[in-house]
Amino acid sequence: MTATFEPTVETTVSLTIDGSTVEVPAGTSIHKACESVDIDTPTLCWAENLTPVNVCRVCVVEVEGQRALVPSCARAVEDGMVVETDSERVRHSRKMVLEFLGSGVELDQAPELQKWMEHYGSDTSRYDQYELPALKMGEAPKIQDNLYIRDYDRCVLCYKCVEACGDDAQHTYAIAVSGRGFDARISTEFDVTLPDSACVYCGNCIGVCPTGAIQFKTEYDLRSVDDWRPDDQEITRTVCSYCGVGCNLELHTQDDTIVKVTSPADHSVTSGMLCVKGRFGWQYVQPLDPPTRKRSR
Amino acid sequence: MFGAGGGTSSYREVEETDVILLWGSNAREAHPIYFHHVLKGLDNGATMYAVDPRRTSSAKFADVWLGLDVGTDVAMANAMGREIIAADLHNKAFIAHSSRGFDEYRAHVEPYTLAYAEEITGVPAEAIREAAHAYATADRAQILWTLGITEHHNGVDNVKSLCNLALLTGHIGRWGSGLVPLRGQNNVQGGGDMGALPNKLPGFQDITNDEHRAKFEAVYGMELNPVNGRHLTLMFEAMGEGTIKAAYCIGENPADSEADSEHARTLLEGLDMLVVQDIFMTRTAELADVVLPSSVGWAECDGTVTSSERRVQRVRAAVTPPGECRHDHEIIGDLARRMGVEWGNPTPEDLWDELRSLSPMHAGMSYGRLEAEGGLQWPCPTDDHPGSPYLHGWLWDDDLGGRDPSPFSLTHHEGPKEHLSDEFPLRLTTGRALDSYNTGVQSSGFESPIRTGDELDMNPVDAAGLGIEDGERVLVSSPRGSVEMGVRVQPDIPIGLTFTTFHFPDLVDINTITNDEWDRDSGTAEFKAAAIRVEKLAAAGRE
Repeated sequence: MTATFEPTVETTVSLTIDGSTVEVPAGTSIHKACESVDIDTPTLCWAENLTPVNVCRVCVVEVEGQRALVPSCARAVEDGMVVETDSERVRHSRKMVLEFLGSGVELDQAPELQKWMEHYGSDTSRYDQYELPALKMGEAPKIQDNLYIRDYDRCVLCYKCVEACGDDAQHTYAIAVSGRGFDARISTEFDVTLPDSACVYCGNCIGVCPTGAIQFKTEYDLRSVDDWRPDDQEITRTVCSYCGVGCNLELHTQDDTIVKVTSPADHSVTSGMLCVKGRFGWQYVQPLDPPTRKRSR
Repeated sequence: MFGAGGGTSSYREVEETDVILLWGSNAREAHPIYFHHVLKGLDNGATMYAVDPRRTSSAKFADVWLGLDVGTDVAMANAMGREIIAADLHNKAFIAHSSRGFDEYRAHVEPYTLAYAEEITGVPAEAIREAAHAYATADRAQILWTLGITEHHNGVDNVKSLCNLALLTGHIGRWGSGLVPLRGQNNVQGGGDMGALPNKLPGFQDITNDEHRAKFEAVYGMELNPVNGRHLTLMFEAMGEGTIKAAYCIGENPADSEADSEHARTLLEGLDMLVVQDIFMTRTAELADVVLPSSVGWAECDGTVTSSERRVQRVRAAVTPPGECRHDHEIIGDLARRMGVEWGNPTPEDLWDELRSLSPMHAGMSYGRLEAEGGLQWPCPTDDHPGSPYLHGWLWDDDLGGRDPSPFSLTHHEGPKEHLSDEFPLRLTTGRALDSYNTGVQSSGFESPIRTGDELDMNPVDAAGLGIEDGERVLVSSPRGSVEMGVRVQPDIPIGLTFTTFHFPDLVDINTITNDEWDRDSGTAEFKAAAIRVEKLAAAGRE
């Protein structure tokens, strides 16, 4: 009498990255293989808890014998593959991609991207002489409720929010990319307001947004009065107080006050995703009285 | 019936299962992140059957929705059992080795033919047959349920009926197969594990067992009462009889949450002494003689909670409690001190380590391991034990290790206690909405742009028959009372059934009309089935 299980057989693949031999399980992405030997790769549209969509081209590497640069986040390793992550061609490509993104989008709330732009010497100001390409959306932030705001001047169209809202997690499909070219943007159906859309306010789009284009209203308000101070913030890991699923929360606190909530992407219960109660339901701990933000419990 | 008070399976298993029976659960709204695991299972190819009187947002993701009448779950499960046997799809080797009472079960379910079940449940026989065959023939299959199963006067029978199906097919004790009751509160599992039950010491050790009790007495340094206590429902009965004269209520709001809540409030008001320890001035606290303000367990105090997959995880203090709010364990320690017992000033970790010394299933879970390993699933008896992703693997061992095989249970279809009548012709059932929670004490703290649930959902046919329009305010009455509320006309609720949430007692005091008939084994009231009448306000003389 046995309940049998097939053991998973793992085959190993050997490849060369920047001159060193690397062995990883078959199916590993080049990006993960680089990570395993401490080679840091810039990413934008990739996230640990999402399926790669291959749109940003920030993570490209050179693979011997391939005509084009390949996105390391989505390409699986192959036996005998020879990968260059820091060739002149790779550096040049990453520099240009970051410049293009930065020339049309506000990236001052994307410290990770800024770090890479500095690393590759990206200079977005060199496009300023041409009046056309440096256009921003020029839209005022969409503030439609007290939970979160959308500021599409900061949107790099990385699709992460679309994926988190759709197939990769929430399966709600409230948002998609509408329009083409310069008019492309993330939108609800017919651009209706969020409460009128299919949105269920899980805020998983906020959780994955790399540029602050979608952010907590609490964060937006504090930034508006120049009082958002990440260096003074603490992150405490705990468990949500609603239902019995046991989602881990990271409470971001500033001045002994919760200012936003995230969940770790590597947590087995949530994979970084939350529902409306977990993401926004903490406010009863400290009913806020804006603008003083004094607790009235 | 398998000898443990917890769900059998890990969340990840539902991603790798083949057939899902989602029974009496709107997990999409009540357990949204668990439902993400279900969605992964569906994306991986699983087939889902949703058994629910309502076509819920969860049911809309199912391959088949079996919209049974409220309270006919036993008939449905017994018919599925009968069909599995009749089609020779039961797991004979497993039944012979790991169960007992099969012959009695087979004889007992014989009258539950598909035709009879269709008549009772209102679900087409062919759909019941399909679900039964899919479940029985799957390599791996899980049954998930919530309060749609338990909040009935025969909730325990409902659960046993589902367990029978697992026993019949061997969908238990294996990765990907199991029985998954989803817990409604972040530590309802942990509360039971810690002995917050009238008949249990921590770790499900019996209070009536001399050996178990002696172990605790040695550590506590005092004799323990060997008699089982009362659960909440019996406490309220005892208040009515006058045998309970004082109550100490910690983190519970029965003045709003009890069925027939007007009756519950009268009983609480009649106590000689009511002490309430809570983070808010709840309606129960307003009735109290003494209120002890406490800190928020998951954001202002350290400790542990246990989830629906038996995972013990750390909660941590992130902010300072306001004003005079103090930690629960400190308040209780001070009370003990006033009563002449000195417990010192233990930290949450000290208390946890004491628990580990007394509860074998928690013994291997140090704070250090909980931190390093992202929580651990009980049982975890030793420091090097990895925890238990699923339970009851022993059922598949050649030698059952001296344990009794699992018994089949014989359950009878009864239906709801409160029958529909000319006077009360509609069925009322209650449940949760996505963005709110229980009596709203916590969830009213944030402004949700999508908040609904203070309306009565009605089928367009029922509404038209009464001349009621969408949004109209009406009078809703049961044998226990009446409330005024708005109507939301919507087609996902079947004809004859109405639904509302219990999240807004200040707006709609719905539990003044729900039924307080309760299960004699679990103490849970039949929140899911009251008989009501809906009237236009003008007709009721209220306009």
